[in-house]
Amino acid sequence: MDGDRVEILPTNPTNSMNPINPTNPTNPTKLVLSPAPHLRGKASIDRDMYIVVLALLFPAAGGVYFFGLYALLMLATAVACAVLTEYVTKSMRRRPFCMDGSAIVTGMLFALVMPPRSPLWIVAVGSIFCIAIGKEAFGGLGQNIFNPALAGRAFVAVSFAGALTRFITPTAGALMADGVTAATPLADGFATYRALFLGNVAGSMGETSALLILIGGAILLAFGLIKWQMPVFYIGTVAVLGLLLGEDPFFHVLAGGLMLGAFFMATDYVTSPLTTPGKIVFAVGAGILVILIRLWGVLPEGVAFSILLMNAVTPLIDRYIRPRPYGHVKRGRKEAAS
Amino acid sequence: MSGRFNAERVELFRQVGVRITEALGLRRKGGVHPPSRKFTSGRKIERAPLPETVILPLEQHVGAPAKATVKKGDEVKVGQMIAAAGGFVSAAIHATVSGTVKQLTTVASPLTGRPVPGVIIAADGKDEWIELAPVDPKGLSNEEIIARVQEAGIVGLGGATFPTHVKLSPPPEARITSIIVNGAECEPYSTADDRLMQEEPERIIAGLKIVMQLLSVNRAYIGIEKNKPEAIEQMQRAISAAKAAASLPPKVTVVAIPAKYPMGATKTLVQSILGVEVPAGGRAREVGTLVQNVATLAAIYDAVALGKPLVECVVTVTGLVNEPKNLIARFGTPASLLIELCGGGTHGADTVIFGGPMMGIAQSRCDTPILKGMSCVILAKSDIRTEKPCIRCGRCIDVCPMGLMPLQYVKFAQKGDFDDLADYHIANCFECGSCAYDCPANIPIVSYIKTGKRELWRQESQ
Repeated sequence: MDGDRVEILPTNPTNSMNPINPTNPTNPTKLVLSPAPHLRGKASIDRDMYIVVLALLFPAAGGVYFFGLYALLMLATAVACAVLTEYVTKSMRRRPFCMDGSAIVTGMLFALVMPPRSPLWIVAVGSIFCIAIGKEAFGGLGQNIFNPALAGRAFVAVSFAGALTRFITPTAGALMADGVTAATPLADGFATYRALFLGNVAGSMGETSALLILIGGAILLAFGLIKWQMPVFYIGTVAVLGLLLGEDPFFHVLAGGLMLGAFFMATDYVTSPLTTPGKIVFAVGAGILVILIRLWGVLPEGVAFSILLMNAVTPLIDRYIRPRPYGHVKRGRKEAAS
Repeated sequence: MSGRFNAERVELFRQVGVRITEALGLRRKGGVHPPSRKFTSGRKIERAPLPETVILPLEQHVGAPAKATVKKGDEVKVGQMIAAAGGFVSAAIHATVSGTVKQLTTVASPLTGRPVPGVIIAADGKDEWIELAPVDPKGLSNEEIIARVQEAGIVGLGGATFPTHVKLSPPPEARITSIIVNGAECEPYSTADDRLMQEEPERIIAGLKIVMQLLSVNRAYIGIEKNKPEAIEQMQRAISAAKAAASLPPKVTVVAIPAKYPMGATKTLVQSILGVEVPAGGRAREVGTLVQNVATLAAIYDAVALGKPLVECVVTVTGLVNEPKNLIARFGTPASLLIELCGGGTHGADTVIFGGPMMGIAQSRCDTPILKGMSCVILAKSDIRTEKPCIRCGRCIDVCPMGLMPLQYVKFAQKGDFDDLADYHIANCFECGSCAYDCPANIPIVSYIKTGKRELWRQESQ
C-alpha cells in the first residue's frame, strides 16, 4: 500500500502546510499509508513461543531434578541442534531466519519425551530430523502436518529401538547419581499415585511429573495460548474409557506421556484443528487411540502415536467442522422481543 | 402434545442447550477489546472556525455519485444544493460555506484515494444560509418526511454513509416493529456520538420521534456501550422528560450493551439487543427492526423539523495531537485545519486516519477534506509490522463476530483460489478488522479479504 499516492488535490497555500511537522519544509505532506486496522493487539508469534518455553521450563526442571544433570545435557543438545538445523535449512531455502522461538519449543519438547539416558548422538539426530524433515521439508512454520517433536520421537523410536527402551529409576535431587535400569509404570503396571503425581517414577525425561506439567499447562491457559477443551477432553476420554474397560483411570491419566501430550503436544496450533468443536473431536479421538494402543497394541505407551494419527486427520476435521456463520440456519426467525 | 412438550418446556430445554454449548465454548462470541483511548469524552463540542476553502467530492455516500448543479463562478449560500442525487440510492450534496464556486474539478477521494469529481468553494466568510423552512413534523405526511430527508442529503453518519431516505423507505412487506438507535460507538478514540448524546439528547430523541412516526413503530431501543455512563444517563433523562410530556411512547428504553468492538456494527448490535441474527445477505428489516445512528437521527430532526440540509457533523480530532477536541466541522474542511486547531501533531505522528483506528482510512495528505460520515480524525504513529506465516492459532476465528474463518481467506487469496472464498461465506465479512487486530503473525487479513472479494466479484461478473 505504501507509496500509492494520488496527489491531484489542488494545493491551497494555507491548507497544504503540514501541521503535523511544520519544521519539515522539504516534504511537507509526507504521510505513511497502511491498511486498516491501524491499531494492533499485542499478540505475536515470538511472544506465544517464549511463553511456551517458559511453561516448558517446569517439566524440564523436573527432568533435571529426577534424572540428573545428564537430562540438562540432553535438553541443551536438542535445543542447539533444533535451532542450528532451522538456521541451516532456512539458509538452504534462501528464506530469512528469525529467532521466533519455535525451534526452541520443538527442541525442548523432543528432549522431554526421550528416555532420560538416551545417547546424545541419538538426541542430536532426532532433533535434526524434527526440524529438517518434520517442519522445514513441509515449508516451515505453520505448514507441517505432524507435530515436529513427535515426528522426531517416532523416527528415533523406530530407528534406534534398542537404545531407547532402557528407562531408569529417578534419583531425585542427586544430580550426578546414576539411576538403575527399571521398567516404566505403564510397562510393569506398578507405582503409587503420589509418586506418579510428583514424578518420582521411571519414564521419559519430562513426562513423569503431572504436577509440573499442570503448572506449565496453567501458564499456557492463563496467557490464553491453549483452550481448556483440548487437555480436558483428551485426558477425560482416557479416564472414562479406562474406567469403562475396568482399568484404573487415575493410573492411565498419570502414567506415561498423557499429561505432557495433552497440554503441550495436542494443543500445537499448527497440527491441531482450528475450531473449538474440532479440537474436541481431535481430543476425544486421540484419547480413544491412547486406550486402544495401551490395552491392545504392541507398545506400552500410545500418546505419541495417538497425537500423530490425529494430526493426520486434522485437515479433514477442519474441512467438515466449521463455525456456523452469523445469519445462517436461523433464517426467517421473527423478532423475538416484540 | 400439550402437557409434556409445551412451549415452556421446549424453551427450557433450549435454554439448557444454550448453557451447555456456552460452557463448552462452542457458541460464537467474537469481538475484541482494543484499548478505548477515548481522551475526549469529557470535552465539550466546540465549533470549528469556517475554512477559507471547502473541497466537496461528489461521492460522499454509498450509491451513485451526485451530479454537480453549479458551475464555476456561481455564488452559493450555506445549504444550497450544489450536486443533485444521481439516482434513488444516492444523496444530494450542499454547499457548506457561503461564497463562490471556484472550480469544478477532480479530487482524490478520501475514501478510496481514487480521483472523483468534486466542487471547490471559496468561502466569503459571511456564512449566509439559504432560507430555512421549519415545520412541525407531526403535521407532515410520510412522503413529505422522506422528501425532506432526501432533499437534505442525509446519509448514515455512523460511517456506512448509506442514503437515509432509502433506509427509511422499506418495502411494504417489511414489518418494522422496532427502531434500534445506535449509540454504541465501539471504535476506540472516537467520542463524537458520545458527546452528542451527552450534550444534545433532545435532538436525537426528536429525530427518533420522527422516524417512529414515519414507520408507525412504538418500540425503540437505544443501545449504548456500558463504558459511556454519562451518555446513558443523559439519554435516560431526556427520555424520561419526553415520556413525562407524553410525547414519547413508553416502550422506548436505553439498553446498556457490553463494551466490545465491533458492537456498533448493525448485525452485532441487532443480535446484542434483540437476541436474533439478521439473515445472511439480508438487512436488519428482515428481523423487523431498523438501525439508525444517533448523529443521523439528529440530522433527520434538523432536516425534517428545521429544514436544514446536512452540512456539518461532530468530528473527534484526537490521537497524537497536542489537545484532542470534539469539533463541529463543515464538510469539505481540510483535516489539516482541524489538526491545527488541536495544536498540531506530537510524538512523531506520521499517519492521518479518517474514521476510527479499526476501520478508518489512512490519508495520503493532511489536507484531505472531511466528509459525511467521518466522525473521527486520528493522528497516529505508523505501526508497520513484518508479516509472518500463519501458525493456525485460530484467534481470527475466535474473534470474528460473523463466525467466519478469516485465515482461510488469506490462504485462498495467497494461492489464488478465489472460488473457494464463496464456499467460506466471504460476503458475510464486513471488514471490522478484529481478526487482523489479534493476529500474532501480523497478517493484514482485511487487505487479503478485500482483494479476495474484489477478485471473486470480478470472476462472478464475467
